[in-house]
Amino acid sequence: MIARHFKRALEDILANRFLNAVTAVTILLAVVIVSAAVLLYVNAGDLMNAWQQGTRIMAYLRPEASGGSPALRRSIESVDGVQQAVFISRDEALRDLKARMQHQTSLFDNLLENPLPDAFEIQLKPSTEGWEHIEDIAARIRSFAEIEDVEYGRQWVDAVQGVAELFRTVGMAMMGLFFVAAVAIVANTTRLVIYSRQEEVEIMRLVGASESFIKAPFYIEGLLQGLVGAIAGIAILFAVFTALAARVEQSTLGGMIALRFLSLEQLVVITLVSMLAGCLGCYVSLKEFMKI
Amino acid sequence: MTDQEEKLPIIRLSHVHHVYGNHPALTDLTFEIFKNELVFICGPSGAGKTTLLRLLYRGARASRGEIVVDGIRLEDLPRARLPLLRRKLGVIFQDYKLIPGCSVYGNVALVLEASGHRRSLIPKKVHGVLRLVGMERHADALPPILSGGEQQRVAVARAVVGDPKIILADEPTGNLDEASAQAVMDLLRGAFIRGTTVIIATHDKAFIRRMGGRVLHLQQGRLAASELVAKHHDRTAL
Repeated sequence: MIARHFKRALEDILANRFLNAVTAVTILLAVVIVSAAVLLYVNAGDLMNAWQQGTRIMAYLRPEASGGSPALRRSIESVDGVQQAVFISRDEALRDLKARMQHQTSLFDNLLENPLPDAFEIQLKPSTEGWEHIEDIAARIRSFAEIEDVEYGRQWVDAVQGVAELFRTVGMAMMGLFFVAAVAIVANTTRLVIYSRQEEVEIMRLVGASESFIKAPFYIEGLLQGLVGAIAGIAILFAVFTALAARVEQSTLGGMIALRFLSLEQLVVITLVSMLAGCLGCYVSLKEFMKI
Repeated sequence: MTDQEEKLPIIRLSHVHHVYGNHPALTDLTFEIFKNELVFICGPSGAGKTTLLRLLYRGARASRGEIVVDGIRLEDLPRARLPLLRRKLGVIFQDYKLIPGCSVYGNVALVLEASGHRRSLIPKKVHGVLRLVGMERHADALPPILSGGEQQRVAVARAVVGDPKIILADEPTGNLDEASAQAVMDLLRGAFIRGTTVIIATHDKAFIRRMGGRVLHLQQGRLAASELVAKHHDRTAL
């Protein structure tokens, strides 16, 4: 029975090649755009984690507490999540700054005194995860009387996190939008196929075919459209990813992370959602047209 | 089958009316058709023969009255249960109603596939029926390339392949030449002899005389008369 329905569905697809191609391309575009959004979100997450793992907290000392006493260093290192605290004197910091700004040394010519404070560069344990935890460590270090301020690039992280969230929100919205578009276009294709097979459907009813028997090939057609659209869309995205990933890793991300493609689970979910869109399109159309 | 079983009504109409818009097509029809009966619905064009058959296979719902086919009350029959009724029936339509894009084999096999027959048994049964109607060598042909007589034979094959309890035939020899009409007639008589109730709408009196059976005369949608017509070479039951 299934074989018959498949045969019938394939015959319909071949008989309405153009319509089915348009539908599959629409699903393909939806899959490419949605998958690309998911891909960006996944890799943005990896980038955030990489940044987080490399996070160092700079604790700037008050002028009166200069010198970085061993007691203060031990107190800092006793904070949960801190691996090591290295004292950096204000002179060392200025030398380092000058070394890094070799082409703008004139900026330092008019300095009457070193404006930089003494500081501790605090390295966190690799097991330290989550910005909340890092924020908590920073707050505890800031509470020491000798510490004037702490810095750990939170603003940067907030900005990147904001972009990642934007990707996620836009991705979700696009997912919804393209899902609806795919359903509408499959519904339209199915509607036209039903029109072309109206006589056949009526004859099938007259010889005792059940509604499910009549509808099954249409659903298979929708599933196949969704499947083909998903596979082609994922293949195109994979080709583009393969072509660009190495270049982006080196030039844009400085080798901080290795970009990864969507996981098998994500690919399966995208394919299933795409097939669901095909099925829903059929359902909408059949519900409307099979009442007669 | 015992005489008593044969006398059970398989179709019962009670005060059936049907109208198209304001035009009455059938008026107050009440009669019974018994198991393994050969019945002709006879009357001039516009008498309501085709409408009556349509009501029997629930191609239309009667405007008023009660129709029971093999224990199924048609006025209460929900859409989802229509296939159960139609699988009890083999219908031969005046315009054949064959699927044009589907082969002769496919058209006949559809009945068995739709009723859930085992796939492995279908080819044997379909080829057997096609042989019976003399269309086996056209099994792969598409209906539009066949003559009217050949299409009618395929329609007959489709009507009998599912071993229905009742065959409804609408002017089965209407557009056929003498030889094709005789072949169709033989097929329907064969089904009747095998125990199927056969109901034929026709205005061909010669056809009725050659077949023999009960004749219900319709006149302007009303049952005008009912008579038994003997066949030339009769079966004793008639």
